[in-house]
Amino acid sequence: MVGQRFVDALRDRDARRRWRVTVLAEEPRRAYDRVNLSSYFEGAEAGDLDLVGDDCYDAGAYQLHLGEAAAAIDRTARTVTTSRGRMLSYDALVLATGSYPFVPPVAGADLPGCFVYRTLDDLDAIRAAAQRAAASTPGRRAGLVVGGGLLGLEAARALRLLGMSPHVVELAPRLMPLQVDEGGGALLRRMIEELNVTVWLGTSVREIVRDGTRLLATLADGTELDLDVVVFAAGVRPRDQLAREAGLDVAPRGGIVIDEACRTSDPGIYAIGECAYAGGRVYGLVAPGFAMAEVLADRLTGGAASFTGADISTKLKLLGVDVASFGDALATTPDALEVTVNDPVSRSYSKLVVSGDAKTLLGGVLVGDAARYGVLRPLVGRPLPGDPVTMIAPAGTGPGTGPGALPGDAHVCTCHGVTKDAICAAITDLGLTDVAAIKCETRAGTGCGSCVPALKMLLASSGVAVSRALCEHFSVGRAELFQIVRAEQITTFSELIERHGRGRGCDICKPAVASILASLGRGLHVLDGEQAALQDTNDHFLANIQRNGTYSVVPRIPGGEVTPDKLIVLGEVARDFGLYTKITGGQRIDLLGARVEQLPAIWRRLVDAGFESGQAYGKSVRTVKSCIGSTWCRYGVQDSVSLAVELELRYRGIRSPHKIKAGVSGCARECAEARSKDIGVIAAEDGWNLFVGGNGGFRPRHADLLLSGVGKPALIQTIDRFIMFYIRTADRLQRTATWLESLDGGLDYLRSVIVDDSLGIAAELDAAIERHVVTYQDEWAAVLADPAKLRRFVSFVNAPGTPDPSIEFEPERGQPRPVSLPLPRRLEVAR
Amino acid sequence: MTWTTVCRYDDLQPERGTAALIGGEQVALFRTFDGSLYAIGNQDPFTGAFVLSRGIVGTRGDIPTVASPLHKQVFDLRTGACLDDETAFVPVFAVRERDGQVEVGAR
Repeated sequence: MVGQRFVDALRDRDARRRWRVTVLAEEPRRAYDRVNLSSYFEGAEAGDLDLVGDDCYDAGAYQLHLGEAAAAIDRTARTVTTSRGRMLSYDALVLATGSYPFVPPVAGADLPGCFVYRTLDDLDAIRAAAQRAAASTPGRRAGLVVGGGLLGLEAARALRLLGMSPHVVELAPRLMPLQVDEGGGALLRRMIEELNVTVWLGTSVREIVRDGTRLLATLADGTELDLDVVVFAAGVRPRDQLAREAGLDVAPRGGIVIDEACRTSDPGIYAIGECAYAGGRVYGLVAPGFAMAEVLADRLTGGAASFTGADISTKLKLLGVDVASFGDALATTPDALEVTVNDPVSRSYSKLVVSGDAKTLLGGVLVGDAARYGVLRPLVGRPLPGDPVTMIAPAGTGPGTGPGALPGDAHVCTCHGVTKDAICAAITDLGLTDVAAIKCETRAGTGCGSCVPALKMLLASSGVAVSRALCEHFSVGRAELFQIVRAEQITTFSELIERHGRGRGCDICKPAVASILASLGRGLHVLDGEQAALQDTNDHFLANIQRNGTYSVVPRIPGGEVTPDKLIVLGEVARDFGLYTKITGGQRIDLLGARVEQLPAIWRRLVDAGFESGQAYGKSVRTVKSCIGSTWCRYGVQDSVSLAVELELRYRGIRSPHKIKAGVSGCARECAEARSKDIGVIAAEDGWNLFVGGNGGFRPRHADLLLSGVGKPALIQTIDRFIMFYIRTADRLQRTATWLESLDGGLDYLRSVIVDDSLGIAAELDAAIERHVVTYQDEWAAVLADPAKLRRFVSFVNAPGTPDPSIEFEPERGQPRPVSLPLPRRLEVAR
Repeated sequence: MTWTTVCRYDDLQPERGTAALIGGEQVALFRTFDGSLYAIGNQDPFTGAFVLSRGIVGTRGDIPTVASPLHKQVFDLRTGACLDDETAFVPVFAVRERDGQVEVGAR
């Protein structure tokens, strides 16, 4: 990670490419995000963790050699010999070899089933062992993590994600002994044990023996644990072997000695990251490594930056528990005073360490609720703005609780060293109005992300009102309008805008309100009464407008399954009406080029043949794509087609803030591409895995795993709630991917609402979907049965039989294509 | 000015447009919420498609408007001016109600 950061930093600074860079990587893959390694068991793929920009190594000046380690350095000749026997010469050599896992000397630590937690290969091996164990004997699997620090708790999370019950053994009397004090450790232990992680403190593993397919670990106190896997996560040691062999200065307890320029005892060789010993210590965190990478890139491009130590403050979410530690967290400064607020009821522990005269903040620990980290950490070493107790008091109303209290030169984003002044200047000078823009302009918030709440507060305190108004007619956003319509039993747009808006609406608010009314089942048909005037042209003609003013017709083909007879009808209709025919990405058939007055006749034929509206024109559930599943496929483990058909029929026609796409795959090969959908279901041997929030399109996103190994009733109930919660709370035209990312608390929060019912609304959500299922009617069949609605389908009110003369086609590859229309005159405007 | 009868006033839905063919020319007719009538050219100047009668009718400030259904540019129903692009405009036609009938004036 640090090596890649150095390469990125050098590329940024060395625009003229004075340096030619060769990167030797021991692992067979590009640099990846080790900090978030456990997300690999949460559905992330190796590619999701990749940290290397696609254009990084395509230029000739930057070359990357994977699976080729540096084996020896010849300092006199200035060459490096690689593990493949090649010899490379250098002007400057950068060692970013990182660290290796420390495995305590325990008998049996090298048995099969014992692992370390460092690389993706380690994780693959742990997963394979967990799967072997699950296959051999039934029941819940158990795993032991040796080490209760940051890495150990990450490993425990990984084991939980693999469906195991983790034990954690820590030699110190508390978890995270380097970051957290005794009081914080006690709360941390309690919250982690509530997650079925068994914690053993103040003890160690005496020995591990093999017992058939199982491992038996004996702790120092004699406790015996029956296990499937053991993971050593008891800390790391610098990888300084290469430097030692080359005769570079190495610290007595490990680490390549460097100066403030990151230079080793050989002026042509540098070291950065966890392998380096800087200012009397080795840093085991990524942020100081990044700082060294920036310093070195600056030095190699003529700068004079120095690495004079780094903030080792940290804020993490470990197993869902917020933990933050900053400054002198353990109060080692002489005469330091500790101010503690411990609230075990609301699960929050806060401690500030202040100077003996209680005037300067030295550090602190936050467990359970670390929201104030972004505000407190930049104050370290500075005068306290008020009484320290009020700064961590539950009400949080005291001085210094907002970033407004920070001095201007305080670093709000420590990852990138961005000060409060720089952020405020960017907000006012560039007119930034949201966090995304601040990230883009200043890089603040793009590292660990812990300062994002502070960025939001700075935006607010800069007087930037982040407007949630839908448009000029309503001063609230879609979610609020939904609640208003629901609570006040409003049934028409006129009623709503009279009570809560102004003017007569526009192309933004009218379709949004039409969608809300439809989602709430106010009026059975989208073209009933006043609702007809709210609809976008697509919903108004129940077809998709195309560039020449014609419309396309997409009948529903649930799950992509269609009989030969129905397929023939589609062909006949397309032929008889002269329509262009194309297969869509959602496994159905698009018939294009229909004029408005043709739509009823086309749909009469389709409805008679058993088709119904596919709602391709609506912000609504589109298709549930499926593979052929276990019925036919020799690899399939579940019947994906039947489930896809059932889901599509259940949710057809429901109106939502934006379109909703779904997919069902019958095995892990994922031929239905379900993880690119808003709702993706993938079969497993023991049930279904549910993924949510995926997206293709402009900003592709893989869906996140919400449930695994569930049966159909639980699966459908969860999808019901997901859809309805999204409909109630999303912004206008916000897909589930961005909605999920915008939810405070993200996936965990979503899970708490729709799986654990933390808001107590699950029954309401269930009932809303049930009402939709019961009252569903095909929109096109209803139009064909209603002469008043049919009258709208004319090109000209005074010439109902006349087609629009501007619409013309010419043949292309045996099908019609629109003739492009000449553009009318534009005004010349003097500038 | 010669007037052409197009349809009954009640044939027009409030806050919705409809197209009429008058001497080979396509006209978009609108009946706004307060009952007023407007008539503009049906051709969207940005795409060339004859679709403005199918846009969403509303207001911007006090101005009665229609938004093109293709790319949502907004037009002033009174003047035909595009409110989102000062170089674009559509023609305006005279329109009136007489004895329950809608009449459009030929230019």
